[in-house]
Amino acid sequence: MDEEPLVIGACKLTSRLIIGTGGAANLAVLERALVASGTELTTVAMRRADAEGGSGVLELLRRLGIELLPNTAGCRTAAEAVLTAQLAREALDTDLIKLEVHADDRTLLPDPIETLDAAERLAADGFTVFAYTNDDPVLALRLEEAGCAAVMPLGAPIGTGLGIRNPHNIELIVARAGVPVILDAGIGTASDATLAMELGCDAVLLSTAVTRAADPERMAAAMRAGVVAGRLAREAGRVPQRFWAQASSPPR
Amino acid sequence: MEIKLNGEWTEFPDGATVADVLAATGGPRPGIAVAVDGVVVRRADWPATPVPKGAGVDVLTAVQGG
Repeated sequence: MDEEPLVIGACKLTSRLIIGTGGAANLAVLERALVASGTELTTVAMRRADAEGGSGVLELLRRLGIELLPNTAGCRTAAEAVLTAQLAREALDTDLIKLEVHADDRTLLPDPIETLDAAERLAADGFTVFAYTNDDPVLALRLEEAGCAAVMPLGAPIGTGLGIRNPHNIELIVARAGVPVILDAGIGTASDATLAMELGCDAVLLSTAVTRAADPERMAAAMRAGVVAGRLAREAGRVPQRFWAQASSPPR
Repeated sequence: MEIKLNGEWTEFPDGATVADVLAATGGPRPGIAVAVDGVVVRRADWPATPVPKGAGVDVLTAVQGG
């Protein structure tokens, strides 16, 4: 079955699984997981450079032919996020940016006010903005109006593995979005990724669920299959749910 | 003169350029970017851009994350 590519700005993706590189024990484990996932787009964070040089993650991603999606993780204000995005563009030669502005360290929830402010400024500055957001259908529309190329509602807070806590909100976001919707954060296991796609999301972004799994390579393969299964099921059109049984064998 | 390099006050000769300052953080190399007082300095401008006394210089690179 031919899979329609997902187009976001200049980015054309066959795989609908976007992986984050955070949390992997080492680069060899990360490499095996990335290959098993089939991902074509992968996030990196921007941090202060020291004389020791980089972590090697850039070389790894370039060698695997995986496109970079730098993020603004760790930023608390729109101003910080805008500067971090501009530095990422200069360092990595990409207009893609995963905008995330965290409100506090315990929840790591997106700060909606700062995120919207930064989204407007970055879109006006020519960035292809992937906006990490709460599962808020109103805010998702506002981010789209601000010029975001994709909205990325969370299933649950980052790193919790709690799955999709409010599936109806995700469906509401999907129903009205004019840009791709990527389920980001909260995925714990493959069925969560499948559900995201069944709800109509265009892609799934996850890291912890793979990088901190007991066997990251195997979990990456599971996520890949889960995303494909959910996409197929969404396109296939599921049967309606019924209260009473409906015989699937002819009457005697 | 002192400048605040990645959050730490560091001594540099007066008139030091962005390229000179970068030498203290592993040298100019692919995958890094520099901001002086919150403004990005383009790679091509590193050798010719002097860093003002007391400026905040941030040198960033990509690491695992997200």
